Order: sequence, then C-alpha cells, then structure tokens
Amino acid sequence: MPDQITVTVNGMPVVVSSGATVAVAMVLAGQACRTSVSGQPRGPLCGMGICFECRVAIGGIPHCRSCQVLCEPGMEVTTEN
Amino acid sequence: MVAAARAAECGVRVGIVDDNFRLGGQIWRNASDHARSNDARFDDARSNVSQNNVSQYQNNEAQNTEASRSAGWVRASGATVLCGLRVVHQPEAGVLLAENLDGFCELTYDKLVLATGARERFLPFPSWTLPNVMGAGGLQAMVKSGLPIQGKRVVVAGTGPLLLAVAAYLRKHGAEIPVICEQASWRDLAKFGLALSVWPEKIIQGIQLKRDLAGVPFASNSWPLAAHGQQILESVTISRAGKNQNIPCDYLACGFHLIPNVELPLLLGCGLSNGCVQVDDFQTTTVPFVFCAGEPTSIGGVELALIEGQIAGLAAAGHASEAKALFPKRQKGRRFAQLLDRTFRLRPELRSLPSPETMVCRCEDVPYSCVRQHRSWREAKLHTRCGMGPCQGRVCGPATQFLFNWNPDSVRPPVFPARVETLAAVTGQSQRQHSEVTGGQS
Repeated sequence: MPDQITVTVNGMPVVVSSGATVAVAMVLAGQACRTSVSGQPRGPLCGMGICFECRVAIGGIPHCRSCQVLCEPGMEVTTEN
Repeated sequence: MVAAARAAECGVRVGIVDDNFRLGGQIWRNASDHARSNDARFDDARSNVSQNNVSQYQNNEAQNTEASRSAGWVRASGATVLCGLRVVHQPEAGVLLAENLDGFCELTYDKLVLATGARERFLPFPSWTLPNVMGAGGLQAMVKSGLPIQGKRVVVAGTGPLLLAVAAYLRKHGAEIPVICEQASWRDLAKFGLALSVWPEKIIQGIQLKRDLAGVPFASNSWPLAAHGQQILESVTISRAGKNQNIPCDYLACGFHLIPNVELPLLLGCGLSNGCVQVDDFQTTTVPFVFCAGEPTSIGGVELALIEGQIAGLAAAGHASEAKALFPKRQKGRRFAQLLDRTFRLRPELRSLPSPETMVCRCEDVPYSCVRQHRSWREAKLHTRCGMGPCQGRVCGPATQFLFNWNPDSVRPPVFPARVETLAAVTGQSQRQHSEVTGGQS
C-alpha cells in the first residue's frame, strides 16, 4: 500500500494518507458533503456512521456514508445536491 | 470482541458481525490493526482483560495495546469475523438480515450477543449544522481515520469524561485547544473527583490526562451558545462561567456525554429500563437467547463493557459458573456508570440554547420553532417529518428527549436505511408472515 492515495472530489484531486476515510478527503477538500433539504452545506458530524450527514456519491453509488468508506486510489467522489 | 472470544473458547461456533470496516468499535478504532504484529502476545490478552486494566480514558498507546491484544484473542479463539456488515432487520426469529457495500446476506443464530455500543448525544444550538462542527468523539474518529489536525484550533465542548480524552488526543496530534467547556458544575466535578478514590486506576488516568492537558484552559459551568461562519465554521460563542466569549476556531468538537444504541435491541423486542437495555445477572435480555453487553446496558466505559462482554459470552456458551466469577467486578463498574450519570447530567439552561431557526432535525431540516409546537415525538414526526430522515431520529431523538421530555422509543425495520434489493429479499417472506399474523394488514 502506498503511504498516500489520490482520490477526486467533484473532479479535483485530493491527497490523503493511506487508510483515510472518504470523509477525511471531503474535509481536506474543503467541500461540504451534501446540501440539506433547505440548502445548507453539511459535513461529517458523528464520524461513526450514525448521523448520515457525510453521505456522498462514491463511484456513482449515491448515499454512501463517507466516514464508513476507506479511500482507494482513483476513487471518484461527488457531493450530493 | 471479548464476548465472541470467550464463547468461542468454550467450543461453540461464533461469528462477529461488525458494522465498521475493522474490528474494535469506536474507542479502539483502527487500533486493532496493530494486532497483526502482536499476535504472539494474545496469551496475555485474557489475563490482562480480566484484570480490568484498560480504560476508555487511558492514553492511546495503552488503548492500542489493549485493542491489539483483544483482536489477537479473537483471532486465536477461532471466531469468524465479518466486518463492514450492518444488521438491518430480523425477518424471523433467529435470522438477521445484514448488508454491506456489495450486497446482503442472512445470518442465523441460536444465541445472540448484542454489543451495539453508544453514540454521542448532540444538542442543537444556533448554526450547529455548519461543516466542521462535529461530535467530540466524532472529530476524534475523523483524526483516527486520517484527518490531519496539526496546528488546527479546536474548541472542545459539551459534557462527560470523553471531552478530556478527546482534547488530550487531539493535542497530542498537534491541535491547539483554546478551551475545554464542560457544562457540569465545579461542585459536581469535585464530588466526582472525590468519589474516584474507589477506582485508583481512574485516578491514575486522571493524572495522566491532567499532564497531557497541562496549559489547556478547562472551564466548568460552560457550554457553546452559537457557532458562526458562512459556509464553514469560523468561530464559536461560549458561555464561560456566566460570561459570553467568542473564540475563533477551525473545529468545534461538541458532544453531551453518551447514549446507548438501543435501536437493534428494541427491534428484536428487548425491554428497556431507564433508556438502557434491561438485562439479568447473565446479561440476558427480556428476549430468550438474546444477550446484551456494554454501553447499551449502561454508559460505564470500556472496563465495564469488557466484563459484561465476557459474562455474556460465557453465559451464551453455557458456562454459567465461569460467568458468575466475574459478577463482583461488574458491580464495581456499574457503580462507576451511576457516578457518570450523576456527574454529567444535563443542566436545564441547555434547553434554551436553540433559537427558533435552529435545526433540531438535521436530516429533514425541521427548525426548533416547528418542533416545539407539538406535544409528543410521534406528533412531531407526523406533522413535521422530524426524525424521519436517514438517521431515523438517532440525532434529534435524544435531543428532543432532553428538550421536551419526549420518548422516542418506536423502532421499525429496517433499523438502518437499507437498499431496495435487500428489502425485496425479505418482502416475500414477511408478506407471508404478516398475512398469517395480521390477516393481511401490515
């Protein structure tokens, strides 16, 4: 395993340490994970898969809890709007 | 983990189903990875765990070591480990439906030990929904999962011993902690300190934490009033011993102690007592062959969970006498749980934190002004959709319990959001069952 992994968040490359979760990539990218039903930006809250605030689309699969998924090289993450 | 290891050692067939992608739950998150290099030390694990010498509040190395030992113990016991698998439903007695990223499966059991752990209690205050406002344990979990925190300013606020552990952890990883806000009063904290004399190991941990946090301001009688920022957190206003203060920061790590995860136990029909899963001396729930251990039975920390886990594992495997030998240690742990409850009970002032616009339900964006018009959790759900988003009330349920004394205790399958294909797999079965039971009404 390399020490660092590059994933893309909305097409922009983000470098994270090996073993990091997608939620970490989102915070490093400075991107909100999703937009709430009334239009507010939201990011990770509980960090343990309970609150569903950090959900994003990973490789085209929507509603993935980013705090529960490990980054893999080349992974494409898009935010939910 | 210890329930599985103990039971497997008794010669029964054991499987662990863990929602996380690695063993170890929230406290030992990632630490069990070190186990592979430490397998040779699993012999020590049993004696050490039994000696009750670990704690949620110990420093990270000790946690890593203990997690490694327990993971090694699990491996050596022969228990099958299934990670990244989330139980969503029990379509029939003795059968659990679980799903992962790739699909779903059915798991059958004769005896079941539930160890669903706890989560942080979150309370709404203005702009608490801004990105980078996280749970205290939440931010720690993020850092453990690879978030660099070096040089970041983190205000730690809320209540409970977790705040200190989190602050110490973050500081060790290079964070700057402008202040730790603890809502409990000095008087309660002083009583807590005195009462700790019964638990010398906790005093040692306390001293260690004090050393780790030397120079970090600790404010009792203090809590967050509002977060500020446009798209992301920029600062937080705190009430610090009666005075308001604005503190610029990168993160707010805010949690109000812990609450047990009782959703799955409730789904299986387990009775509750004071919001916790009701168990007998052998950790048996009110449902036969279903046991429960750890935080769901009371918020008592890792030490109590380890004892309860062993008792549950032994009892489930039919080794009652060995389980009995652990009763005295559990009693001591339970007294600590009661002390935590007393010390870190929430002060009534926190009920007035939300403004009318403050979101209570983050999933459905239901503001305080809408929620407070209703008389019960059920009524609020029906009229406002509060608690009906993906988290299924796991965040706003406990908040409304505190704010309005509501009782959000109804659970329906699936206990977590599940994919349609997973639900479709049981539809045929459950339709048949429902027809038999209800005469077609469901």
